[in-house]
Amino acid sequence: MGYIAIKGGETAIGQAQELLEFLRTHSFTANPLSLDQIQHQLHFLHSRVLSEGGLYHPELASLAIKQSMGDTLEAAFYLRAYRSTRPRLSETPLQGGKNMRLIRRISAAFKDIPGGQMLGPTSDYLQRLFRFELLDESPEQFRKIAKSWLQETPKEALPTTFPKVLESLRQEGLLPSVSECPNRPFDITREPIVFPVTRSAALATMARAETGSILAIAYSNMRGYGDIHPTVAELRVGYLPVQMPHLVTGELIEVGEILMTECEVVAMYDAEPNQNTPTFGLGYGACFGHNEVKAIAMAILDRALQKGMKHSPDHPSEDPEFVLLHIDGIESMGFASHYKLPHYVTFQSDLDRLRSTQNQSR
Amino acid sequence: MIQSLTDEAIQKNGASVGVLNTASSETNRYNYQFGFLDEYAKKEVRRTLLKAVAIPGYQVPYASREMPIARGFGTGGLQITLSLIGSNEILKVIDQGSDDSVNAVNIRKFVATTCPGVTLTRQTAEATLIQSRHRIPEKRLKFGQILVLQVPYPDPLVVVEPSEEKRKIMHGDGDYARLWVKLYEDMVKFKEITISHRYPTRINGFYVIDPSPIPRFDVPKLHQAEALCLFGAGREKKIYAVPPYTDAEPLSFSDIPFRVEDFTDEQGNRRTCQRCGSMTSFLNELIDSKGAKVYQCSDSNYCDSQLGDQK
Repeated sequence: MGYIAIKGGETAIGQAQELLEFLRTHSFTANPLSLDQIQHQLHFLHSRVLSEGGLYHPELASLAIKQSMGDTLEAAFYLRAYRSTRPRLSETPLQGGKNMRLIRRISAAFKDIPGGQMLGPTSDYLQRLFRFELLDESPEQFRKIAKSWLQETPKEALPTTFPKVLESLRQEGLLPSVSECPNRPFDITREPIVFPVTRSAALATMARAETGSILAIAYSNMRGYGDIHPTVAELRVGYLPVQMPHLVTGELIEVGEILMTECEVVAMYDAEPNQNTPTFGLGYGACFGHNEVKAIAMAILDRALQKGMKHSPDHPSEDPEFVLLHIDGIESMGFASHYKLPHYVTFQSDLDRLRSTQNQSR
Repeated sequence: MIQSLTDEAIQKNGASVGVLNTASSETNRYNYQFGFLDEYAKKEVRRTLLKAVAIPGYQVPYASREMPIARGFGTGGLQITLSLIGSNEILKVIDQGSDDSVNAVNIRKFVATTCPGVTLTRQTAEATLIQSRHRIPEKRLKFGQILVLQVPYPDPLVVVEPSEEKRKIMHGDGDYARLWVKLYEDMVKFKEITISHRYPTRINGFYVIDPSPIPRFDVPKLHQAEALCLFGAGREKKIYAVPPYTDAEPLSFSDIPFRVEDFTDEQGNRRTCQRCGSMTSFLNELIDSKGAKVYQCSDSNYCDSQLGDQK
């Protein structure tokens, strides 16, 4: 007699895997997605996976999207799991967003900012009307758009960096002066998070948070479970140079650049007991890729958490434990999925307790 | 039989993790090393384990890497297993007591693929390392064996205090008052302690642990066990241990003793496994093809070996 309860797992798993592979590959055109198509035509999906995966590897991010058939949680998970196999060999020096090679920067605080507003590639002002002509596009059309766009590029080069909007506010004394970064940044992938945590650990956790989760908690603050009332001082998207010391000379050299989104919000001032002049509060958000909503949500939560760390939290969005332990997509989706695993033993145990308690009440 | 299990697993898995076996120059760039994790990660886990053994029952925080199986599927246990395993190890993986449960199969396949040379077994007695979810094997473990349990909730205080920061202070103070009150309130409300599994257990007279979702039936096996019991919570990023020959006492009142799951029938007889006839094992309740309720050992290797002894 076979073991009727839990048998045949091995074959079933194998066949399920094959079936999934069939689901991924069956189509009328039989055109496999190229990694290049994923990175460029699915720019925002790609960006989201890069940021939630917490590993800046555009090629593997594309592969993750392809392998996971577009499931953002799963795709980010592939990058994270791969990250576990890589040692941390070195640390780059601290880098400010000021050195970004920008493709976009806006400020909601001032109409005119030093260096000017630069709208860049944004969907903000799109009317969400279907462009039915895209139902059938050809490679020729792609080339035509590229050609006409590149021809119209102005000859004079743009400045490589732009001043930060916050700098002018700081000069006016409207912001607290910058304090030196007290410690080395907290590496959440190498050190355990033990509460209370530093702001650095909070920022690192939020930088790879799941977009929907971090947005939902930030939105609760915006709606009224909190009162940050932010103004976007500056939101920038661009390529940040990555520097490493030269192996021989030790001199810093640029080894590459990463696409990032950075957001700085200015929030209404708090009365600070040990401060003579009140100033605005600041919230900071930054993540890999082009993810504006996430960067804004993060900046708002950074401000909310600073408040919660200083005084006791009045709302969930101000509670570091509540926010930081519930925004990771890999963790929350994993635990939700685990309920699909067999729970025969614990359920047997539950039955025992319920029957026994029922007997007691009879 | 052991060897064929390994070969079979590697062969079947070959297609999906092609980078391991088909080392073309293109895929080789992303090769995975023995034990999957980078060596610094394994070192961190081993250091954490040493601290956990030195302070029995204390939840040691660690960074916890993401594994290629989902959080909640045993990533904590797997990190311990991969940090300890060498090619001379004999590994057994079970889930719900069974070697053939889907999750156990999957974890075993993963280890077979990423740790070439490791011997896989179903036999509890010959395993040097056992990774398990929800059960401690029926067969008494011996000194020198290591049991790794997968843990979803490392902290027994979570039922009375949601904040990790506050719970840490309560553990430090040995303050389990609210847990005792919960047990007392259960008696007042239900005339029974309603905790079915994950029964809070005091280790070495101080820290109270969540022994992972093992049934109450298995809790006494931790007390003065010969084997080293390691607990890994990957998602919650904690590791703790019950070293060999350490006291493990489930919380109970002097007038209300701790009781394990009751397998007596209406006539007051101990139910038996309908397959091997065991009268002492933890049983799974099943509905057979005719709609009748039947009982069977949850520990598949134990059940098989009972059958073998009878032949």
